[in-house]
Amino acid sequence: MKDRRTHRSYVSYIDKSREYYGAQGYPQAYQWSYNCDVPFTVPAKPMSECRVGLVTTSFFDRSFDRDAVAGSTDKEPYAAKCDDALGGLYNKDLFWAKDTTHTEDLDSYLPINRLRELESRGVIGSLSKRFYGVPTDYSHRRTQKKDAPQILKWMIEDEVDVALLVPL
Amino acid sequence: MSLVARHLEDGGIPTVIAGSARDIVEESGVPRFVFTDFPLGNPTGKPYDVEMQQAIVSTCLETLERAWEPRTTIQTPFVWDDDNDDSWRAQFMLVDESNRETLAQAGDDRRNAQKAAKIQGKGRE
Repeated sequence: MKDRRTHRSYVSYIDKSREYYGAQGYPQAYQWSYNCDVPFTVPAKPMSECRVGLVTTSFFDRSFDRDAVAGSTDKEPYAAKCDDALGGLYNKDLFWAKDTTHTEDLDSYLPINRLRELESRGVIGSLSKRFYGVPTDYSHRRTQKKDAPQILKWMIEDEVDVALLVPL
Repeated sequence: MSLVARHLEDGGIPTVIAGSARDIVEESGVPRFVFTDFPLGNPTGKPYDVEMQQAIVSTCLETLERAWEPRTTIQTPFVWDDDNDDSWRAQFMLVDESNRETLAQAGDDRRNAQKAAKIQGKGRE
């Protein structure tokens, strides 16, 4: 392992995507979310008593691939039983390193089985019976005003105490 | 996803994000972030590596429990390639002389598809 480098190690996806879409002829770079203030809530009870909710950017419906066009998604947020995801979810329409890796193993991007193991060992109280899906929308407004409030509503219904969010 | 974390946290549910796009998440500003320096696609561990997945998920839970202030980033110790082959970093969204024309053409195709989708009334409200 090299212990010296001339550049920062981790990839800047903000830089990469700006250059990539610029090369595709998009004149205006995407405006990424930037905030100074960050909310913070301390868990109200020990993890061994908490119900954990999982949030993913993957979906069930494979038909999205057909019409996948940047900025015009038909996706809506959803809540579904964890059991129904065990066969894997669909994410080929999302941006990830398809030439380098794969998403054939659910727990590499939605760790339902790993959390159930931790539940059986008493590390967490429980995994919520439902998990939650959110579209990777280009619109901050839709995410903030529509999708995120819907996920919060479902989590309150399911009495979720803490959330693990796993963007691909 | 960062915006969802912020909203949940504001609504009283503590959150942690597990991911590999460090700059996007940190710029947005989130309460807790467990970063694994991997190519995008496997934010909770390499496929079929149960031990690694267990370690990353456990780190997420510990971060939930122990972080005392927002913008807490924890980096897991895992490296993608045991032989230190970092080529995946350059390969993703590569732009160079070998593909500039192809990318420009792909952009044109995409814009045409978007126009067609708009005419058909596709897209969210």
